[in-house]
Amino acid sequence: MTYLYFIWRNLLRKKIRTLLTLLSITVAFILYAALGTLNYAFNMGVDLAGADRLITIHKTSLIEQLPYSYVNKVKSVDGVASVTHASWFGAYYQDPKNQFPQFPVVADEYFAMYDTVVLPQEQLQAWKQNRLGAVIGTGLVDMFGWKLGDRIPLQGLYGRKEGGRVWEFVIEGIYDVKEGEVADTRTLFFHYDYFDEARSFGNGTVGWLILRVDDPAVANQVALEIDALFANSAAETKTSTEKVFMESFAKQFGDIGAITGAILAAVFFTMLLIAGNTMAQSVRERIGEIAVMKTIGFSDLSVLLMVLAESLALALCGGLIGLGLAWLFIGAVAGNLQAFLPGFAMPVGVVFSGLGLALGLGVLTGMFPAWQGMRLSIIGALGRR
Amino acid sequence: MEADVLVDLKQIEKTYFRGKEQVKVLSGLDMEIKRGDFLALMGPSGSGKSTLLNLLGGLDSPTAGSLIIEGDHIERMSRAQLTRWRARHVGFIFQFYNLMPVLTTQRNVELPLLLTKLSKKQRRQHVDTALQLVGLQDRAGHYPSELSGGQEQRVAIARAIVSDPTLLLCDEPTGDLDRQTADEILQLLRQLNEQQNKTIIMVTHDPIAAEHAKRTLNLNKGALQS
Repeated sequence: MTYLYFIWRNLLRKKIRTLLTLLSITVAFILYAALGTLNYAFNMGVDLAGADRLITIHKTSLIEQLPYSYVNKVKSVDGVASVTHASWFGAYYQDPKNQFPQFPVVADEYFAMYDTVVLPQEQLQAWKQNRLGAVIGTGLVDMFGWKLGDRIPLQGLYGRKEGGRVWEFVIEGIYDVKEGEVADTRTLFFHYDYFDEARSFGNGTVGWLILRVDDPAVANQVALEIDALFANSAAETKTSTEKVFMESFAKQFGDIGAITGAILAAVFFTMLLIAGNTMAQSVRERIGEIAVMKTIGFSDLSVLLMVLAESLALALCGGLIGLGLAWLFIGAVAGNLQAFLPGFAMPVGVVFSGLGLALGLGVLTGMFPAWQGMRLSIIGALGRR
Repeated sequence: MEADVLVDLKQIEKTYFRGKEQVKVLSGLDMEIKRGDFLALMGPSGSGKSTLLNLLGGLDSPTAGSLIIEGDHIERMSRAQLTRWRARHVGFIFQFYNLMPVLTTQRNVELPLLLTKLSKKQRRQHVDTALQLVGLQDRAGHYPSELSGGQEQRVAIARAIVSDPTLLLCDEPTGDLDRQTADEILQLLRQLNEQQNKTIIMVTHDPIAAEHAKRTLNLNKGALQS
């Protein structure tokens, strides 16, 4: 027999009670992992944001377009190193469920701006030479099984001058994320020139401007100057750092972080009470046994550690099972959510913070009963006076 | 102190506080117990028998006086020192057996050996020997709930002797058993005393049980009566 075996047997003393507590901890951790993943997915753009990049959008909203002429005007602002632009295309592949981001961009400029991704030079050249060419990320290859040379018809939000809404693209390149970097790989990029010439409305406009500043320290000053440049015009602008932009974009859906935080706080506070009560009850039931153990010669510290180990084992088992089930669940539904939440995959951070939380839960719920066990008077507990 | 004196109590006093009231349980107790003795402690309720047993077992410390067991001054030991001392020197047998319900007979007996540095194999040998001595080898895999009262008490005795303690302290060991089973348990204790030379101190209300001991001391109002 080992201490571990003894702890295990004590946990199985009331199987139903242990199982129910374990189940409630498991459910709490499934919820934790799912909400943590959701929060991560919503904020993924924020994490990918570069410190030296600014985004300029229409002051009214992101949906409003900016005149193309702004690109050159912004280039002339002091402190701006480079400028490019992108627009929302909003098309789908075959079925409206198959949505993913597509941006008409200027090939060289855009990929120079986002240097966390890598596109082979020959594929970049092939793309530039083909008016209908497009490049996709490896994530889209995984999603749809597309390969170089495939012709992809997309049902667009924009109609075509020549009629219809079907836009056809030829895949000329597949980009991937540079080693050690993080980026979304589920986007399709195609030529802005082709888009602007062929679309039936909104010609001569762009969705938003992306610019890199010479010095991140003066980013806010540059943003103010850009917005001042277009003040009182028909299309006033709002310029912010990419991080602020991404955060405000994520908050269109509500403050996901605050909502998930509040739900999880309530869940874990309840868990603290449930698991704490289970442990306290479990120790109360065997006051006599603990007193006998101390009589035999088990030290106060070993009693404290054994009770703590029980609550830790319960919390860690529940936590691990919960995180494991959440991982399976998230993996199963991620495919269906990729169009809306491309980053919906359980991040390692959630696993580690989950394990930390399980550890904390185990310590907190076991601390008081363990302390009681440690301080237990043999004579009082055995009624030996 | 004579060489074969195992327990030496001098002017032992024990006082409790019940609220603000001071209760003197033992007053100026002197006693010597020789190695290999089998002593029955008798007396009415409240006479101080259990308190004396607590002191002898290192579960409590005297308010005054000197308590020496096998050369160790028990009254000078801290709580932690007493815990370690108990593990090495004392085996306890309770009226209600106090076995761990989640452990089998074998593992209940093995429990005190977790505090030793014995290997798994050595622990197994000690447990087998103890179970053989109490005649329960064939119940090794049974849980306490699957045993009779007499068998449970035998397991408790095996647990008490498995680490080969100097002193066996029994608190009403037959108080929860029928006459026949009680006699069997008392025979077993006598056997341990005579064949294994275990020093046994047994608190009992039962004069028939006391007859199995080599000698009997009566305690009344915290003092020994001749």
